[in-house]
Amino acid sequence: MTLLARYLVLVAATLAVAGVAVAMPSVGLGPRQPTNWSAITTFIFFVGATLWMTRLATARSRSSADFYSPGGGISGFQNGLAIAGDYMSAASFLGISGLVFVSGFDGLIFSIGWLVGWPVITFLMAERLRNLGKFTFADVAAYRFSQKPVRSLAALGSLLVVLFYLIAQMVGAGQLVKILFGLEYAYAVIMVGIVMMMYVLLGGMTSTTWVMINKAVLLLAGTTLMALAVLFGVGFNPDALFSRATDLHVLKDALMAPGGLIKDPVSAVSVGLALMFGTAGLPHILMRFFTVANAREARKSVAWATLWIGYFYVLTFIIGFGAIVSLVANPGPYFIGGKVANGLQGGANMAAIHLASALGGDLFLGFIAAVAFTTILAVVAGLTLSGASAVSHDLYATVLRKGAATSEEERRVSKLTTFSLGLVAVVLGIVFEHQNVAFMVMLAFSIACSANFPVLFMAVLWRDCTTRGATIGGFLGLFSALLLTVLSPVVWESVLGNPAGSALFPYASPAIVSMPLAFLAIWGISLLDRSPQACRERALFQDQLIRSETGIGASAPRSH
Amino acid sequence: MQKHAASCVHIRENPRFQALVRKRNRFAFSLAALVVIAYFSFILLVAFRPDWIATPVFAGMTVTVGVPLGLSIIVLTVGLTAIYVRRANREFDEESMEIRRQALK
Repeated sequence: MTLLARYLVLVAATLAVAGVAVAMPSVGLGPRQPTNWSAITTFIFFVGATLWMTRLATARSRSSADFYSPGGGISGFQNGLAIAGDYMSAASFLGISGLVFVSGFDGLIFSIGWLVGWPVITFLMAERLRNLGKFTFADVAAYRFSQKPVRSLAALGSLLVVLFYLIAQMVGAGQLVKILFGLEYAYAVIMVGIVMMMYVLLGGMTSTTWVMINKAVLLLAGTTLMALAVLFGVGFNPDALFSRATDLHVLKDALMAPGGLIKDPVSAVSVGLALMFGTAGLPHILMRFFTVANAREARKSVAWATLWIGYFYVLTFIIGFGAIVSLVANPGPYFIGGKVANGLQGGANMAAIHLASALGGDLFLGFIAAVAFTTILAVVAGLTLSGASAVSHDLYATVLRKGAATSEEERRVSKLTTFSLGLVAVVLGIVFEHQNVAFMVMLAFSIACSANFPVLFMAVLWRDCTTRGATIGGFLGLFSALLLTVLSPVVWESVLGNPAGSALFPYASPAIVSMPLAFLAIWGISLLDRSPQACRERALFQDQLIRSETGIGASAPRSH
Repeated sequence: MQKHAASCVHIRENPRFQALVRKRNRFAFSLAALVVIAYFSFILLVAFRPDWIATPVFAGMTVTVGVPLGLSIIVLTVGLTAIYVRRANREFDEESMEIRRQALK
C-alpha cells in the first residue's frame, strides 16, 4: 500500500469513529456519567481499526529485513507533522483553551511559553543532532566522550523526563476518558495503557509515526473548523469576539489583562527558562530528528513543526474565547445545574469539548472527542518509545553490553521496557488520580533544561568540554532540579501537606537556579580537567565539528 | 569516523570550512538571542507593567496591547525559524557540499 492510501484509510477509520460517537449522549454530565455502551463500542471499533493500520505498517517495516535497517526515512514535511503531533498534547489543547476560558489573556501568555523552545531547537540542535546521532540524543551527547558515564546520565535524564511527563499525561488521559466515555477512572487509565502498548509493541517507530501524523492532521483540522465557526459567528471581526466575551465573562475587562498567572517576576522567568530550553532537552522530541534522511530534512521538519504548533496555539486562543461567547450565553446544557457560577460540567478543561457540541452538535462533538483520544495515544506512545530507546540502546546495549548486543537482543529489551513503562505508567496514573500533577510537567521540563540540554549543548558546541565536566555538571543539574522541586511550594506544601509558607524554595520552577548551576559546573570542571583523556576528547572536537557541520559519516535514517 | 579520516584532514585545513562554521554560528546565535530577548521582554513587561499591557490598542476597542504583542511573538518565532531554515538549506548547505566535494577529490 502506498503511504497516501494507508493514510486515507487511517483518516477514514477515525471519521468512522466520529460517526459512531454521534450515538453518544451529550458528554460531561458530572464527574462520571453512567457507563456509556455506545461509546465503549466506539472505543473498541477505534482500537480495532487503528491496530489494523499498525499491522499494515509493520508488514512494510518487516519486509525491509531488519529492525535497524536504513532506507525508510520519512520526508521533512511528514516528520514536521509527526513532531507537532508528538508535542501538541490533549493537555495543551483542552488545558490551554480551558485556561483562556477561565482567565482570558493569561492563556496566551502561557501558550507562548510552549512555543519559544522551537527556534532554540532549530538554530542550535536539529541539524547537529541529525548529523551526529543515530537512535537517541545520548548518541550525540556521548559522541566524543567516555560512553559509560555520559550515556548513563543521558539515559537517566531521559527516563525521568519520560516518567514524569507520562504520569501527568496518564492522569489527564484518565480524567478525559472518564468524562468522554463514562468509564471508571482506573479502567480508563488501563485502556489507554493497553492500546498504547499495542501500538508501540506491534508497530514500533513506523506506526507510532503514522499515529502522530494522523493525529496532528485531525487535531489541526478539527481546531481550524472550530475557530472558523467561532469567527463566523462574529462576522470575522476579532474585536467583536473579545468585546462580547468581556461582556459575558465574570472578569469583565480584566479578561483582556494579565491575571494571576505571573505572580512574581522570578517565577515567571524561571518557568520561561524551563519551557524554552526544556523543549530542546525532551528525549521524545529529539529522537524524531533521526527518522529523516539528512540535516536538510531535519531542518525542514522543525520549521514545519514550529509553524503548526504556533498556528495551533493561535487557534486555542480563539477557541477559548469562542467557548466564553457560546457557552456562557447559553449556560443550560453546559454548566452544572445550568448556572455559570457552578462551573463547567467536567471542569474548565472541557470548554473546547462543550464548544464543539454547541457549534456542530453531536456529530462534531464525536469528531472532537475522537481527536482528543488519538491525541492522548500519540503523545503517550511517543514518550514510551523514547523511554524504551534510552533503556535498550543506551543502558543495555552500550553501557551494560558495551556494544556487543545484537540488534535482536536490543529489540527484545526495547519491547520489555515498553511493557514495563506502560505498566508503571498505568499504576502511577491510578495512584496519582487525586494529586495535583501539573508540577510533574514542570518537573519534566526542569530536568530536561537542567540536565539534558546543558550536556547536549556543551558537548556539541564547546571544544573544551570533557567527560568529567559533562557528567558531574549534568548530574548536578538533574539532582538540583529534583531537590528544588520537592522544596518548592507546590510539592512541599500542596502535595506533602506542610504548612503554608514553609517551603524553602519559593519559586514555581527550579530552572533559574538548576540550569545555570549545570552550565557553570560543566564549564568549571571541564576547564580544570587536565587528564590525558580530556586532551584526547578535546582533540576529537574538530572531527565532531566536521561531521556535525557537513554530515560526512552521518548515519542513515532510522526506519523502525 | 576512521574511514573519513583523510577527508577530515582536508576539511580541517580548508579555510572555507572554518569560515562557514563561524558564519553559521554567528547567524544561529544572533537569531536565538533575538528570540530569547523578545520572549523574556514580553514576560517581564507582563510582570512589571501589567497596566500598560491591559490598555486598549485604540480607544474604544476591547483588544488590549498584550494581544497583538503576544501574537507577534508567535509570528516572530515561526518567521525566524523559517528564515534560518531557508538560509541554511540554500546557502550553507551549498557551501558545505562544495567543501565536501573539494575534500573528496
